[in-house]
Amino acid sequence: MIPELGHFSLILALAVALVQGTLPLLGAARGDDRLMALGRTAALTQALLVIAAFGALTQAYVTSDFSVANVVANSHSAKPLIYKISGVWGNHEGSMLLWALILALFGAAVAIFGAGLPDTLRSRVLAIQALIGVGFLAFLLFTSNPFERVSPAPLDGNGLNPLLQDPGLAFHPPLLYLGYVGFSVTYAFAIAALLEGRVDAAWARWVRPWTLAAWCFLTLGIALGSWWAYYILGWGGFWFWDPVENASLMPWLAGTALLHSAIVVEKRDALKSWTVLLAILAFSLSLLGTFLVRSGVLTSVHAFAQDPARGMFILAFLLFVTGGGLALYAWRAPRLQGGGLFQPVSREGALILNNLLLCTLAATVLLGTLYPLFLDLLTGNKVSVGPPFFNATFVPICAPLFAALCVGPYLGWKRAELWPALMHLRIAFIAAVIAAIVAATAIDGRATLAALAFGFGVWLIAGSLLEFAGRLRVGRAPLAETLRRLRATPRSALGMTIAHAALGVVVLGAVATAAWNTELIKTMRPGDTASFAGFDVKLDRVENLQGPNYIAERATLTLSVGGRPYTVLMPERRLFTVQRRQVAETAIHTNFLRDIYATLGESEAQNGWVIRLYYNPLAPWIWLGAALCALGGFVSLSDRRLRIGAPQRGKGRTRTVAQPAE
Amino acid sequence: MKRLFVLVVALLFAMPAFAVEPSEMLPNPALEARARDIGRALRCVVCQNQSIDDSAAEVARDMRRAVRERLAAGDRDEQVFAYMVARYGDYVLLKPPFKAGTWVLWLGGPLVLVVAGSALLFAARRRRKIPIVPPQPLSDEERRRLDALLKP
Repeated sequence: MIPELGHFSLILALAVALVQGTLPLLGAARGDDRLMALGRTAALTQALLVIAAFGALTQAYVTSDFSVANVVANSHSAKPLIYKISGVWGNHEGSMLLWALILALFGAAVAIFGAGLPDTLRSRVLAIQALIGVGFLAFLLFTSNPFERVSPAPLDGNGLNPLLQDPGLAFHPPLLYLGYVGFSVTYAFAIAALLEGRVDAAWARWVRPWTLAAWCFLTLGIALGSWWAYYILGWGGFWFWDPVENASLMPWLAGTALLHSAIVVEKRDALKSWTVLLAILAFSLSLLGTFLVRSGVLTSVHAFAQDPARGMFILAFLLFVTGGGLALYAWRAPRLQGGGLFQPVSREGALILNNLLLCTLAATVLLGTLYPLFLDLLTGNKVSVGPPFFNATFVPICAPLFAALCVGPYLGWKRAELWPALMHLRIAFIAAVIAAIVAATAIDGRATLAALAFGFGVWLIAGSLLEFAGRLRVGRAPLAETLRRLRATPRSALGMTIAHAALGVVVLGAVATAAWNTELIKTMRPGDTASFAGFDVKLDRVENLQGPNYIAERATLTLSVGGRPYTVLMPERRLFTVQRRQVAETAIHTNFLRDIYATLGESEAQNGWVIRLYYNPLAPWIWLGAALCALGGFVSLSDRRLRIGAPQRGKGRTRTVAQPAE
Repeated sequence: MKRLFVLVVALLFAMPAFAVEPSEMLPNPALEARARDIGRALRCVVCQNQSIDDSAAEVARDMRRAVRERLAAGDRDEQVFAYMVARYGDYVLLKPPFKAGTWVLWLGGPLVLVVAGSALLFAARRRRKIPIVPPQPLSDEERRRLDALLKP
């Protein structure tokens, strides 16, 4: 009964979305207030209906209702509750339902928080949002119905892919989708602006918080995915340039560019048409990511998400959204006259350079991801594009981006001098050079490029903090004055500093882990000892365990320094009985400066077990930095001028505060 | 006892989950380090986007052995790569060679940078010559709202 109610809600939601996607658009064109007002009601109704559908599917999972095919295929009664819940989106149908849910929730959020928007703009945004919803709801209902029944119902389900039975991956898809779908709002704003023929500072002020929110979630989602890969795949890598990873990196890069170009529209009324284009591209790349993952067109590490039969629907939808958006852009964008003039050396110029480099990075990733597919399709030749390719093409473009990143905030709007900005940064430059030299001489003489990249990481942190310190006049004014300035600093400036410095933290972590890790691969028997990275390692024992839905072998490794015990690592090798799949449960000891990472491998007949130990310097900084980066975004999002939305009324507005340009 | 039996049976059926095994490794650490570096740049030809260094597949193991045999025989790194390419084709290289079929791949990114960069410079130079256009005036409706908002 409840699954049918869910199914029915979904059908109703599609009908409501069709209404929401057409009538308000008509109302906006004709100036009909009643039709425009329909948009808000419909958005809220649609959200409630999709929530009901999602609730129904969750209920089927939690109660292990094995008369629902989707639950049979992806759940098992012996699974812990959290994975029953995360199992809802741990499969194709459920994850698409999650997409539709988040899309509808964002639509409702626009309806609720968008009270201050001009009526026509809000109606058009909600209509575009609903049209995207129509695509996804139709996709669900016609190709991927999650509520399909089976009869007779089996006694138990097939269980969830063991790799997905992990807290990290339970929350990875929702965060990623919050990011992907968040860009649908900016897309809707861009299309609405093209229909209106008008982009102004108020528009940018609306678009920026949505972009920022989507970007923060996407950052967290990518970081969580990378962290999961790090500890579960069992060889200590954190980024594999896998097509599915690239699929989430591309919208992130485009979104980062959009984040910065929207500032120029808001502050200087320039770069309008470019910003609209970026908004269209960011969402198109999000959809492309979904297409790549969902269609099974790529066979990769993330192969569990394959479904070639449905690929055509998403491809058609992708072409409609991207092609339609770009066609509308080509037709209407010439109307968007840019305002503010500026010199090449200026804040605007710096942000354009940021956009140029970020888009080049996105293009590089896009090319590297799709080229093998196209070459195979067109000529039948096969080519491999792997990490060494991306290291050779992606990383060099990061260098000018990082170099310019610290300089930009020192440049004023319209016209600026480069030399004074560079002089402000001399301490950061010296710190970076020292760090690079120390890295090159003291740590590893051969890894020159790694040392250089390490210097860049220090440059990013030092440069960002220096700019913030200068803003507060640290050391040049009394402490009271500094504190007063700290309180008066807009949150957006604080957020920028956090995010920029955090990028440096990520760079340091990634470089140190990739370049200076050490490893030990050794066959050990209980009682055997080895020395590794200054520790004495002893394999105490290997024992058998019984988990809720798996059986496992667990090794106990004692690490000691100079005879004094330091820590005990207990890596496991789990065999999930239902799926007959083996998963490594790594053991990691971290002190936030380095990880000691242990995995338990094969037992080699009489010789014992293969033990792998990795010493990954600064590895935790990769995810710490990414989390900080998202934190910077959230801090910026809490800026008072974004918090309540653009045109706000009320007490706080009687006094005008001069907003520094960030 | 029954549990142990289940475990033993299960482990017999289980696939190997890990990559380089100690038994494959070369005794000379310098040579082994080179083998690892080479292994990371070679694709496991039956896997989905994995290097032979990461892969647990049988083929990857054979390929790792081949690499180590060549190194032990005194080959330079380039000779090892050439040997693997001769056996498996360019497909085995995770960094595709720069040739007719791949120049778009290699030059695409830099091309975007150069074309977009020069377009921007060109636009910046041209923009200096264009007279300043005043911003769009407010519509009557907006003017009315503005008046309403500004009224004390």
